[in-house]
Amino acid sequence: MNTNSQNEAVVETPKKNISVKLLGVGGAGINVMELMLKSGLPGVGFAAVETDAQSAVASSASEKVHLEAQFLRGLGTGGDPDRGRALAEEQLPKLKSLCDGADVVFILAGLGGGAGTGISPVLARAAKETGALALGFVTTPFGCEGGSRQRLAQAGLAELKSCADGVICLPNQKVLTLIDENTSLLDTFRIANNFLADGVRGVWRLLTHKGLIDIHFADLAALIRDRHAESSFAVAEAMGPTRSREVMDKLLAHPMLDGGHVLAESEAVLLSLIGGPDLTMAEVNRVMEQVNRQCEHGQVIMGAAIDEAFSERLAVTLIAARKNPQRASAETGPAAGAEELDQQLLPCSSTARPESRFVPSPPALASDQVQQLLARQSRGSSRQRKSQARSRQTQLPLEIISKGRFDKSEPTIHKGEDLDVPTYIRRGVALN
Amino acid sequence: MFNASSIIVGLEIGTSKVCAVVGDLAADGALNIVGLGQSRSRGVRKGEIADAPLAEEDVRHAIVEAEQMADVEIRSVYLGVTGSHLRGFNNRGVHPVVSADREISEEDVQDVIKNAKTINLPAQNHVIHAIRQHFLVDGQDGITNPVGMLGSRIEVDVHVVHGNLNRLQNAIRTVKGLQLEVDDIVFNGLASSLALLTNEQKELGSLVIDIGGGTTDYVVYANGIIKHTGVLAVGGDHVSNDLAYGLKVPLSRAEQLKIEHGAGLLDEPAKGQSITISNELGLPVKTVNLEHLRRIMSLRLEEIFQLVSQGIEQADALDYLRAGVFLCGGGAHIPQIAKLAEQVLQMPVSLGKTNSISGLKSALDQPEFATAIGLVKFGSFQQRKRASKASLSDGIKSTLGQLFRRV
Repeated sequence: MNTNSQNEAVVETPKKNISVKLLGVGGAGINVMELMLKSGLPGVGFAAVETDAQSAVASSASEKVHLEAQFLRGLGTGGDPDRGRALAEEQLPKLKSLCDGADVVFILAGLGGGAGTGISPVLARAAKETGALALGFVTTPFGCEGGSRQRLAQAGLAELKSCADGVICLPNQKVLTLIDENTSLLDTFRIANNFLADGVRGVWRLLTHKGLIDIHFADLAALIRDRHAESSFAVAEAMGPTRSREVMDKLLAHPMLDGGHVLAESEAVLLSLIGGPDLTMAEVNRVMEQVNRQCEHGQVIMGAAIDEAFSERLAVTLIAARKNPQRASAETGPAAGAEELDQQLLPCSSTARPESRFVPSPPALASDQVQQLLARQSRGSSRQRKSQARSRQTQLPLEIISKGRFDKSEPTIHKGEDLDVPTYIRRGVALN
Repeated sequence: MFNASSIIVGLEIGTSKVCAVVGDLAADGALNIVGLGQSRSRGVRKGEIADAPLAEEDVRHAIVEAEQMADVEIRSVYLGVTGSHLRGFNNRGVHPVVSADREISEEDVQDVIKNAKTINLPAQNHVIHAIRQHFLVDGQDGITNPVGMLGSRIEVDVHVVHGNLNRLQNAIRTVKGLQLEVDDIVFNGLASSLALLTNEQKELGSLVIDIGGGTTDYVVYANGIIKHTGVLAVGGDHVSNDLAYGLKVPLSRAEQLKIEHGAGLLDEPAKGQSITISNELGLPVKTVNLEHLRRIMSLRLEEIFQLVSQGIEQADALDYLRAGVFLCGGGAHIPQIAKLAEQVLQMPVSLGKTNSISGLKSALDQPEFATAIGLVKFGSFQQRKRASKASLSDGIKSTLGQLFRRV
């Protein structure tokens, strides 16, 4: 990322006493972590969690956890998340000790494989049990990697979301649309990793730098919760007297923001500015004014921080949570579909966070018990689906809206809207 | 007493009413409104005739009433037209000045106007107005009369209002069916603006919104010329229809509720109130929620203003409106509508008053008669022009003058 190349050389010092731990899980996660290691984040502990002996050895992280079991023979999970999960459950104490002493744990993983998909939710739970905040940065596979990987990734994402305090997800497929088609495979993955690394760095900065206008972790978590699949982030930096304008230009030109379209469609935008002691109010104002103008419909949360190292520079980290157009397509098999519907139907019961931060692991079951439970679940879910279908029916505008006296006249169509239909119906204003 | 040529009649066949206004043009040029006839309109939807026999009957009633009131016999009318098929756009004509001394002559001016009026339109479309805007001489803008100036290239913009010929013919045939002549057809919005605006307001830049029963017509003036015109086939009928649908009452009841309890804004006191509808014996039939009524109505009216605003914005004319917005048509009677329009359009809005015409106080004060009065005013301009041309006694000139009329 060119917008990011300068700040890698500069030593950034955290001002708050937050200890951050960065965990790379699985092959993809470790790759991203390596990138972060190279650029260096002071005060951050790095650790690699891997099932594959080879890649674990290759990692340069200070801590390594190699989850090994007899049946894997050092060859990794073989793309089976269940194996990864089983392994992680087995070695939960090890994972917990990894998270010990950290305030915030960043979990980096590529979803869709065995290790990342299986381990990261368990890891998030472990982190929470030790009292740390768990924040996931994950990628979902490229479309060409196949439907089954995509399904695994979506299921993993849903699981991680329920375990972690927040998840930012970068669909790799999106990266694909941003790059030149002649880009080599290697470069494509590197770019995707870079994007994720940028996001991690941005969030880290946002959390650790002392803010004049603080962004609380709660704000961040609230922003990215439930909107995982559509979060976009962008980091931009500029120097010199016209930095506020330049940084905005760079930000708007950022490929992830799609020329500012993403901002316009965003539900919520979190924006963090970091500048040197010479940062002026006018500059903050100029940036905020532009962002506010870009996202007319969204809520904007802003933060500003001062860092000595940033004198004459201005860095902006932006996380935009989009509306949920992919919700329906994200539904996978019938079970996952039912779960999804369930969440829509009973939003408070299923998405409410547990009172305690302790999340129990599922009880060990004998195989016949599992069969029994599964049978019951599928029965239950089919019943739920039926009731769901009924309740949805009432939501649909099945009622044909009579146009009254304009029934037979030529319709007044304006930009695809039939103006003869009452305005309050077209705008969805409810008359109690 | 009355010279036939000095009587000018404006006829508007509206969606909610048919209205005929009789004006008397005195020799000194003063216009006096002497008669007014109106009738409920039943055969018109969205500004266009949907039931010709009914419409014809309503027109007859209105004309007869106006004749009785003014004590004249009406032979010809200026007919107002509207409808969703009407479009307004600006067209530019170019003409090189070929004379050796580069002085722009009267002929050059007429040629360039002719060029500007040569519009590539489908065969079924008819140009109602081609109104001259400013001239450009060698790219220099804002010239009102270039005759005698030096230049090599002369350009002119015209604002063209055109519509579907068959649909325009429907209204004309209805009038002709009553043995009346149609002097000219005029776009309703234009007529209203003529009735409401003073020259100063046209110069400053103003927007006239005529909220009728079936259509909302608007005209933008800037620097004394017509910059933009538009028709939105949404009007008071839509408000009634929305109410009928939303409050589940018959259309006639909805109409009555709109008039008695309607307002442009949903204000605090309206919340939680209800209205009891009683039948002719005074027994309560139904209660409707006032808040719902106001909300439905305010949303519809708000949308109308938003659409008008969008239309003007697209024509880049929003910044020219320094004199503000003037409302007329039956919709201008709605309480608080000016306030609502101010909120949406973000500029001063007032109810239009017919100016510079003397005559019946009852007619002049009502915003819904603005169009018909404007038609009379349009007629008086035409008449005056014709008179002056006739005094020049030049047949060719008078036909050119027809082309060259400036409103």
